Amino acid sequence: MNAELPIRPGPARGQVRESRPHDSAIKQVTGRAFYTDDIVEPAGTLEAYVAQSTEAHARITRLDVAAVRTAPGVRAVLTAADVPGVNNVGPVLADDPIFAEGLVEYVGQSLFAVIADDVRAARAAARLAVVEYEPLPALITVEAALAAGSYVLPSVTMRRGDAATAIAGAPHRLAGRLEIGGQDHFYLEGQISLALPGEDGDVTVVCSTQHPSEVQHLVAHALHVPVAAVTVEVRRMGGGFGGKETQASLFAAIAAIGARVTGRPIKLRLDRDDDMVMTGKRHDFLATWDVGFDGEGRLHGLKAMLAARCGYSADLSAAICDRALFHLDNAYYIPAVEAVSHRCKTHTVSNTAFRGFGGPQGMMVIERILDDVARHLRLDPLEVRRRNLYGDAGRDVTPYGMTVEDNVMPQLIAELVESSGYQARREAVAAFNAANPILKKGLALTPVKFGISFTTTHLNQAGALIHLYQDGSVHLNHGGTEMGQGLFTKVAQVVATEFGIDVDHVKITATTTAKVPNTSATAASSGSDMNGKAAQAAAQTLKARLAEVAAAEFGCRPEDVAFADNRVSGGDRSLGFAEVVTKAYFARVSLSSTGYYRTPKIHFDKDSFTGRPFYYFAYGAAVAEVTIDTLTGEYRLDRADILHDCGASLNPAIDRGQVEGGFIQGMGWLTSEELVFDGRGRLRTHAPSTYKIPACGDVPAEFHVTLLRDNPNTEPTIHRSKAVGEPPLMLGISVFAALRDAVAATYDDPAALPALDAPATPERVLAAIAP
Amino acid sequence: MPTVTITVNGKAVTREVEARTLLVQFLREHLSLTGTHVGCDTSQCGACVVHVDGQAIKSCTTLAVQADGSAVTTIEGLADGQTLHPMQEAFREHHGLQCGFCTPGMIMTAVDFAKNNKNPTEAEIRQALEGNICRCTGYHNIVKAVAAGTAAMNG
Ligand code: FES
Ligand code: FES
Repeated sequence: MNAELPIRPGPARGQVRESRPHDSAIKQVTGRAFYTDDIVEPAGTLEAYVAQSTEAHARITRLDVAAVRTAPGVRAVLTAADVPGVNNVGPVLADDPIFAEGLVEYVGQSLFAVIADDVRAARAAARLAVVEYEPLPALITVEAALAAGSYVLPSVTMRRGDAATAIAGAPHRLAGRLEIGGQDHFYLEGQISLALPGEDGDVTVVCSTQHPSEVQHLVAHALHVPVAAVTVEVRRMGGGFGGKETQASLFAAIAAIGARVTGRPIKLRLDRDDDMVMTGKRHDFLATWDVGFDGEGRLHGLKAMLAARCGYSADLSAAICDRALFHLDNAYYIPAVEAVSHRCKTHTVSNTAFRGFGGPQGMMVIERILDDVARHLRLDPLEVRRRNLYGDAGRDVTPYGMTVEDNVMPQLIAELVESSGYQARREAVAAFNAANPILKKGLALTPVKFGISFTTTHLNQAGALIHLYQDGSVHLNHGGTEMGQGLFTKVAQVVATEFGIDVDHVKITATTTAKVPNTSATAASSGSDMNGKAAQAAAQTLKARLAEVAAAEFGCRPEDVAFADNRVSGGDRSLGFAEVVTKAYFARVSLSSTGYYRTPKIHFDKDSFTGRPFYYFAYGAAVAEVTIDTLTGEYRLDRADILHDCGASLNPAIDRGQVEGGFIQGMGWLTSEELVFDGRGRLRTHAPSTYKIPACGDVPAEFHVTLLRDNPNTEPTIHRSKAVGEPPLMLGISVFAALRDAVAATYDDPAALPALDAPATPERVLAAIAP
Repeated sequence: MPTVTITVNGKAVTREVEARTLLVQFLREHLSLTGTHVGCDTSQCGACVVHVDGQAIKSCTTLAVQADGSAVTTIEGLADGQTLHPMQEAFREHHGLQCGFCTPGMIMTAVDFAKNNKNPTEAEIRQALEGNICRCTGYHNIVKAVAAGTAAMNG
């Protein structure tokens, strides 16, 4: 911030389309960007530790915390009886107790919390509790839940045409089965909340969350105070990926209750192992199908079953499982579909939002199906994929009734095939495999078509607040949260562009429920789309007011006033931006405005499972080439080529970063990241020592990422850009498909369909190669 | 309680600490140097890397008493006043960060590496960063940043 900047003459810096570094980059490289754990604690701050269930499913027959209360350093012990309001933080259904009452339903469930001088004392004291259980039968896997008919929510079917008849009448038919593993978010900064007690029972919670409004509501219910008595604030997160949408509420609520009970500030930070055990993850899925197709590989009909491990409670599973159905078509036209989604209740942690939100699992199923179809017909999988793409009228409507209006996929794939040298490499891979008995290569191109909008229609709204101060400085606030995706930078660029001023002059401020209320989560990739539009609306309101003031000064019409180059001009006169703001103040013009946006066009009917749930689609495709060692199952990603559609990008550098990071995260999900629950429901991979996040050496040496050019959004989104948070994750499916391609090369029969489930760990690859 | 004297970012500090105090706690809690982050608590992620006598180490699994008498440099001690260290500048310039939580540890690891590898290959950079996890960037820009930062440091 520099008060002189607005009158600096010359082209304004940091407008949209410019590759600005992340707004906090300088603070982040110098260690001066404050995350929640870095905030200077008020005197008297206490720390909390949450004691957890060791059983997957059991009645609690005894919970005696007397010895905990008298342990050294302990200030309070919180149990269900200490919750002033509702003992629940369920975001959709009231099925997530803050503290277990009589029953536990997963290992790691919160039993009670210890507040002590520091977390080490709290953790040590928690061990002194006497907890006795009467074990109940536990369902751990999807298959066990399916067999028992155990669901958190009713099953949902998406249907178009008569799939059974279409399959029966098709020249070819295949059935299949695929297991798709879950994924831990592993945001580098774990869950954390700092609760500060105020007057009248008010509380402020500084919380690493993607959804401050929901945390606010749930904390208020837990404290039994009006929502207005609770403020939730977040400046930045050390990563979120969906894991801080609903999952932050439990810890915020416990910290807030602790603050109420003790009257002292409470910090609750989970250590990594507790975080991995206690918080929900990406849903793992089991899918089965029956597909009918012709000799060209074109699909005629598909019957599919998608069963998700939701864990013990509903959380966001309804919307996540819906999104899996919405992406079962991916980029392909399927004439007749009957797909049923089961939302299985298991005695494991409640699974939650994770980048892609069910979409990736749906896509994995159709990509495997097309792979099978191609192999069965001895065709190149890419050829079969291309033949099934959405096309012109008659082949342009999704199974849920939405028309694919801007289908750039055929052209995008053609460009990528060309730029990646796919055809020549296909032949080179075949030649390599013919010559090498031990090492085998695989190559695959997979597309991504991802629907943008919250499928729960009312969530598609956003608000912003802009103040102008007399020196011309701009205070920007909106409902979106910054987790590293660059949202704050992009929205600031939007506002700077509107005022025609340097972006450095736009002060980016922490998200807080006290400034912009009733916000939606920063999720569904919609952060820039919605908050950018809301901030633009606020800026335009202020601009109109300033234009009146300037027009009076210049003797021109307000509509002839222009904002550019850090100046305001009209007729043949101009003033610095700050001067006009000062004049507006003296003219008694309000210099503060809210802005609001709701996404147009979208609607959806849950009963018929039809409508237009998405404002538009984002597209991309990736080519991956891998080499596997058939003696060990180990493999390497040799090269990846990506072409991705960001519309007219607001900030190409930030968007590229999202594509690169998303791809690698998607690859991790489908290759090295394996969640292992044992028979008693205990997560055995609860630290990075056993849960393998992609490391620097796993990234391909040859990695080409290109943003699709000259493809502005056909919808009037913010500066015709497209959302980019989630879609690139699914580009990682190309790596999985390439691994299966390499595995298939070990079989003599080119029509073999190797069984390879996700994640394709080296163990699984080894097991899948030809016997 | 033992007393430790550690030169942190050029300033000698003497404090009484519990014997079990980790170096990262000493830096964050005793000295309010919160740029050093804790990502995993168990020596896996590298978010907590600092230099002890010029060598990159993970401060979440080092005791403060082990650093007694040593010189410690943290991310806060790298820049020269308002002028960023070349490695910091490279991370900013090459978009080598998103959420930024891994960044201090990455930079401290990279600076140590660059001192001993004046002309590294990309493969060597990748290997040097194997102990630092980044969940956001996919490492692509981090590798570019380290290459540029190494060149600038040794240029
Ligand atoms: S916190 Fe020290 S290595 Fe992760
Ligand atoms: S930038 Fe977020 S972990 Fe590296």
